[in-house]
Amino acid sequence: MTTYRPEGLDDAFTQPTDAPDTGDGGSAGAPVQLPTLGFTGWLRWAWRQLTSMRVALLLLMLLAVAAVPGTLFPQRVQDPAKVAQYLLDHPTTGPWLDRLGFFGVYSSVWFSAIYLLLFVSLVGCILPRTKVHLAGVRGRPPRTPRRLGRFPAQGGGTTDDDARAVAERAAATMRRGWTWLPFVPTYRVDVHDEGGGTWSAAGERGYLRETGNLVFHLALVGLLVSVATGQLLHYRGQAIVVQGRGFANAQVDYDTFENGTAFDPSTLVPFTLRLDEFDARFDPETLQSRDFTAHVTLTEPGDAPQERTIKVNHPLTAGGAKVYLQGNGYAPELTVRDAAGEVAFAGAVPFLPQDEVYTSRGVVKVPDVSGDQEQIGIVGYLLPTATQVSDTLYRSTNPQPDEPLLVLSVWSGNLGLDTGVPQNVYELDESRMEQAVDADGNAVTLYVRPGETVELPDGLGTLAFDGLPRFVALDLRHDPALPFVLVFSLLAFSGLAASLFAPRRRVWVRATPGTGDDAGRTVVTAAGLARGDDVGLQPELDRLLAATLPSTTTAPPAPDPEAPADPGSATTTPSAPTVLRGSAT
Amino acid sequence: MTTGDLSTLLVWAAATALTIALIAYAADLARIADSTQGRAAAKAGARTAVAAGGGSVAVAEAPPAAPAGSAKAEGIARSTTYLGIALLFAGVVLRGVAAGRWPTANMYEFTIVGVLVAVSVLAVVQQRRVIAFLGVLVTGIAVLALVLALNAFYIQADAVQPALHSYWLIIHVGVAIIATGIFTVAFAASALQILADVRASGPKPVDAPRAWTDGMRRAVVGPRFAWVDQVPSPRDLEALAFRLNALGFVLWTFTLIGGAIWAEHAWGRYWGWDPKEVGTFVAWVVYAAYLHARTTRGWSGRRAAYFVFVGYAVVLANFTVVNLVFTGKHSYSGL
Repeated sequence: MTTYRPEGLDDAFTQPTDAPDTGDGGSAGAPVQLPTLGFTGWLRWAWRQLTSMRVALLLLMLLAVAAVPGTLFPQRVQDPAKVAQYLLDHPTTGPWLDRLGFFGVYSSVWFSAIYLLLFVSLVGCILPRTKVHLAGVRGRPPRTPRRLGRFPAQGGGTTDDDARAVAERAAATMRRGWTWLPFVPTYRVDVHDEGGGTWSAAGERGYLRETGNLVFHLALVGLLVSVATGQLLHYRGQAIVVQGRGFANAQVDYDTFENGTAFDPSTLVPFTLRLDEFDARFDPETLQSRDFTAHVTLTEPGDAPQERTIKVNHPLTAGGAKVYLQGNGYAPELTVRDAAGEVAFAGAVPFLPQDEVYTSRGVVKVPDVSGDQEQIGIVGYLLPTATQVSDTLYRSTNPQPDEPLLVLSVWSGNLGLDTGVPQNVYELDESRMEQAVDADGNAVTLYVRPGETVELPDGLGTLAFDGLPRFVALDLRHDPALPFVLVFSLLAFSGLAASLFAPRRRVWVRATPGTGDDAGRTVVTAAGLARGDDVGLQPELDRLLAATLPSTTTAPPAPDPEAPADPGSATTTPSAPTVLRGSAT
Repeated sequence: MTTGDLSTLLVWAAATALTIALIAYAADLARIADSTQGRAAAKAGARTAVAAGGGSVAVAEAPPAAPAGSAKAEGIARSTTYLGIALLFAGVVLRGVAAGRWPTANMYEFTIVGVLVAVSVLAVVQQRRVIAFLGVLVTGIAVLALVLALNAFYIQADAVQPALHSYWLIIHVGVAIIATGIFTVAFAASALQILADVRASGPKPVDAPRAWTDGMRRAVVGPRFAWVDQVPSPRDLEALAFRLNALGFVLWTFTLIGGAIWAEHAWGRYWGWDPKEVGTFVAWVVYAAYLHARTTRGWSGRRAAYFVFVGYAVVLANFTVVNLVFTGKHSYSGL
């Protein structure tokens, strides 16, 4: 792009580069300077490279490319099971990818290196510019250049008013604020007496553009710091709560709990939360979910219990943390009696929904059997609305509990709970167990409806299906940095908008006593210069000229003592001012 | 016929109207290519006439370029574009009525609203001066997208799952759609900028062994692309593309921030590297690189425009590939 560079104005307006072009600066002219660089010289060279725009560009593109593998490979933070499956499926490449951090891309060394370098580069570029800008904000508009003929926006005309009045009117027009924001001036204007009766007005606007640019970049740094702080201080707990029960905000009460390294567990506010009722609405035809509402009772320490609701998109705030409704399902109330008739297990067992019609899978582990009976494991499915498809095959046809049915198989042996290996409560470790079979060697399947009690095979005992409460999966999260993340995001957004949309313009108007044909009148020339391409520059200059040279047919003003005396001026027929429009934009 | 069926019919009608607009723009473009040779001489004559003006009184303004293409074709293109916008708007509104909610909840609705935005932006840009190439490219993409939406993405108008019960469905998705529409027109402007730039820079001696790019360059410089001489200068096109891209980028930034706020409400975290989040982030970074490249010495002009191509490709992939291939929290296509 070719931009006109007037002499004496060689600054941000005319420089297409934002950063010093370090790439070929050293090699210009002088042959080789490398041997004399020395260690600090190299450091300086590296720093200037890093803060140059070209390296920033390179880092930006690298960042874009480096973010992609995170969607192509399963990520540990999102789905550890998928990563484990991937490692099983790819025994040769899997471990290498793991070592190179492809299953945790966004916390990997290389990804972090790219964005940290990018931020260092950003700071190195922005801080010097901030200094320059702070100095420039207090500066005055540059003096009117001698020749206005070569600027991208131009205009002019003649008028009967004297030069000083014209310059001051132009200045006043430029100083006038926006009509919708009356008291904020658009232009910073100086009026110069250039001698010989010539006056000029020099105006500059759009300091907001660079301010916005700097605010945007500094806000990005603030955003990074806030996110990192949040990572250090946050905690997150997940709990499954069955209807009619509750949990307390204590680390032990959560099924899973994770926290940042700087988190102090003693800061947990010990409120309690009880699930009273859970409403689920589904579309009767498509069976898709339409609305979930959990009615809970919240008891904050020192307060009376309060009834609240939690919905998707509407978390509950309790003890400085937000409680989210992340999932729901059924938890059949079961009682298992062992061979001796003793109650070996009683309680609600959450069954996890597997599909849209809530076909749910669950496991009952019964380790506490009396005598030397073998431990019992029960695995199976809950069908909220069971429809018989064939003799032994049932299918759920509705997520609502219209016709609940448990379809279970029974295992006996050692549950493996005391092996020291942590177990998944939703999986049965079948390695030390044996499935109950009938006389023909076929696996025994139990079909149980609410209120029924069935005999377990092989005389293991009985199982009673007492009721079908619902459960909710709650996710509780506290991140103290959240307001800062929001504020810095919004700051970055407004800074960005200002830096892209606020026009940065310089406008000059010069009024000179006319000679020759225009003797006795005042010749006005005007020019404008903008940062980058600016389609609004010429129209603005035209508006300014139109306001400075009002098309009046009134008599010429009384001769001003400061205006050059011209005997012909009093007799000249007043003519309408004319405006010369430049065609170059 | 239900309201939903009527909406689908209107979208088909809009696709038809835009197809006619596409043909008219193409005819206009062909006419420009034909008449280019004759106009070169006429233009030289006009120049000398302007030089007669002078002094302080004359209005020294170049006469507006005479319409090079077929006025009839341009008229048809313009009116069928407006008709297409009206039909599509009615179709979108009825879709919302049929579903009983804001119509931006799945891929089908995203596509038809996105096309509506892109064609509207085109109409605004074309109001000052018809750029036939821009019309061909944008209406072409619009027709393709509409037919694809009707045949591949279509699902019955219906209420939505609880996660979408939020006013952010209007703000976040609405702004994302508008940004996508604007990026589409900006992409067309950048494509034309490159063509015009290559043509303006003239034939280059064959020095590099890159035979295919050289072949392309020679084709662009040759007589078949003579119509490129009639489009605005590469500089003006660059300015147009930049203004559109800057607007799109600001809206895209807002999409990211609004999405983060919504995710904080709905999913309990403001950022979780969901495939759609990654795609949006990558597109944001690429467009940020474009804005930086514009102001970097040696990267402005044509090289910066290549970033627009990459960025737009990422935006499209983020919409299609991420929705259809990856499973994430943004899997709302309904397919």
